[in-house]
Amino acid sequence: MSAVQILDFEQPIAEIERQISVLEGRPDASAIADEIRTLHETRSSLLSKTYGSLTPWQTVRVARHPQRPQTLDYVQMICRDWCELHGDRRHGDDPAIVTGFGRIGSIKCLVVGHQKGRDTKERLACHFGCAHPEGYRKALLKMKLAEKFRLPIVTLIDTPGAYPGIGAEQRGQAESIAVNLREMSRLRVPVICIVIGEGGSGGALGIGVGDRVAMLQNSWYSVISPEGCAAILWKEANEKTNNLAANALSLTATHNLRNGLIDDVIPEPVGGAHRNPKAMAEAIQHYVVDRVRELQRIDPDTLVRKRYEKFRAIASVK
Amino acid sequence: MPEPTWTEATVAVKKTVPDGLWTQCPECEETIFRKSLEANLMVCPKCDHHLRISARRRIEQLLDPGTFEPLDADMSPMDPLGFVDQKPYIDRLRETQRKSGEIDGVQTGTGFIKGRKLVVGVMDFTFMAGSMGSVVGERLTRCIEHATDHSLPLVIVSCSGGARMQESGFSLMQMAKTSAALARFDDSGGLYISVLADPTTGGVTASYAMLGDVIFAEPKALIGFAGPRVIQQTIRQALPEGFQTAEFLEKAGFVDRIVHRSALRTEISRIIDYSGK
Ligand SMILES: [Zn+2]
Repeated sequence: MSAVQILDFEQPIAEIERQISVLEGRPDASAIADEIRTLHETRSSLLSKTYGSLTPWQTVRVARHPQRPQTLDYVQMICRDWCELHGDRRHGDDPAIVTGFGRIGSIKCLVVGHQKGRDTKERLACHFGCAHPEGYRKALLKMKLAEKFRLPIVTLIDTPGAYPGIGAEQRGQAESIAVNLREMSRLRVPVICIVIGEGGSGGALGIGVGDRVAMLQNSWYSVISPEGCAAILWKEANEKTNNLAANALSLTATHNLRNGLIDDVIPEPVGGAHRNPKAMAEAIQHYVVDRVRELQRIDPDTLVRKRYEKFRAIASVK
Repeated sequence: MPEPTWTEATVAVKKTVPDGLWTQCPECEETIFRKSLEANLMVCPKCDHHLRISARRRIEQLLDPGTFEPLDADMSPMDPLGFVDQKPYIDRLRETQRKSGEIDGVQTGTGFIKGRKLVVGVMDFTFMAGSMGSVVGERLTRCIEHATDHSLPLVIVSCSGGARMQESGFSLMQMAKTSAALARFDDSGGLYISVLADPTTGGVTASYAMLGDVIFAEPKALIGFAGPRVIQQTIRQALPEGFQTAEFLEKAGFVDRIVHRSALRTEISRIIDYSGK
């Protein structure tokens, strides 16, 4: 992977890295080894300090980092024998949601995940991870197939939201998501959902109804993006109001866990998933394998009932 | 192309009707005697515009007189996140409650339509733009479960700007909860008629509103997932004439019938009879 792109709040870290590379490039580098080592230590402690205390808005920025691993990166790192399945058999094949069979550790499963795209061309084709109805319908079609094969399902959520466009509305964006919510609630196989980056509202939930719902440490999940919320409630989205909205929305993994809206938080490598994709992939693999093994011991009736009860219990009323 | 950001549809609160002896039709601007407008089910006698109505008025119009028995009527909202924007959520709630005399944005209960017993849930656009928070989600889920347990037909009238931002993830999860309850109702063989009134957008459309066995819509109602403004900002081109109206949805294949308000009772009864429930 190319050099890590630096976010604005990481400038102090970048500055130390610059110093390190200057010193390491000097002909007398061995003579100043102690100084270099001290700088390395300062860098790693600053990195863990920064990432240990990200504000919600900074977390959103990390979740959107251009080099953050996406579904197909994780597939490449943790799935053996990947067999992608295309299309919804109705309208087309939406690249913003990929589906396919793969083996994770000892487990055969279906993987469903949002894909934002790596280069400009791919990003445009994927609409930056904003799926169309055919994406949600493809996801459901393949999930029904997995159910028929009695295979567990793993979904990787990473979307700013479902695509807002003319064709999407015409082809039933709302209906496609609604049907997924209803059908996922009664799938008779284990379903594990992991928010790996952005959990943007209905577009995220559309592949997010599962027996275990987890978030990566620096992902976000909320009813609306901070910018969308700021634009409506503060009448304008800017750095300040985005910050306020991100705080108000309780969108971080920690907040969602505390509020009982998700089951687990998967810790990220120091400095975020994009600084060590391999370690992140391993953590995801462990999580999936452990949880699927647990869930496979439960009979389908109980599994479906418990999934229902889990979502049924979410309410803040008196 | 800028990165598109999906935002929950917002619909300006403009088409509600002020109280008084006379009312101006928000569509054709005709001044109408309030009593005759009410007698006409709040449909403009001149241009046939279906005015937005409160949940209570809807129930009055829909059910046989005196048959409504509310369920969970005293359930009230909380502020799980301590949400504060330019005003604390809790203050917004109290203010809206005081103004509207309602606890939250939904009415649920049992009643009769032309002698047929059923369960009804009606959203209230006059309460925080009909936004769906925990109370709306919980009361609707309970009424779906009531219909399941008692094998009764279910009618939900949707009318909402979408999920309620101030409850963030709690609101979002109401979409999953209500849809899961409808899966169980469906498994039990229940009949669900979804009625879409102006406007039905966002997370409400993307959950129970679009899951009816039969879906009715009132004429010209705005129905969609993303709000028109959000779409326009994303695609940066003009939206087609009549985009996201009930008629557009019917043509696209997502609404079974467009039903005039005056025919709603009859049409619901017919479907109940055909379903054998
Ligand atoms: Zn009129």
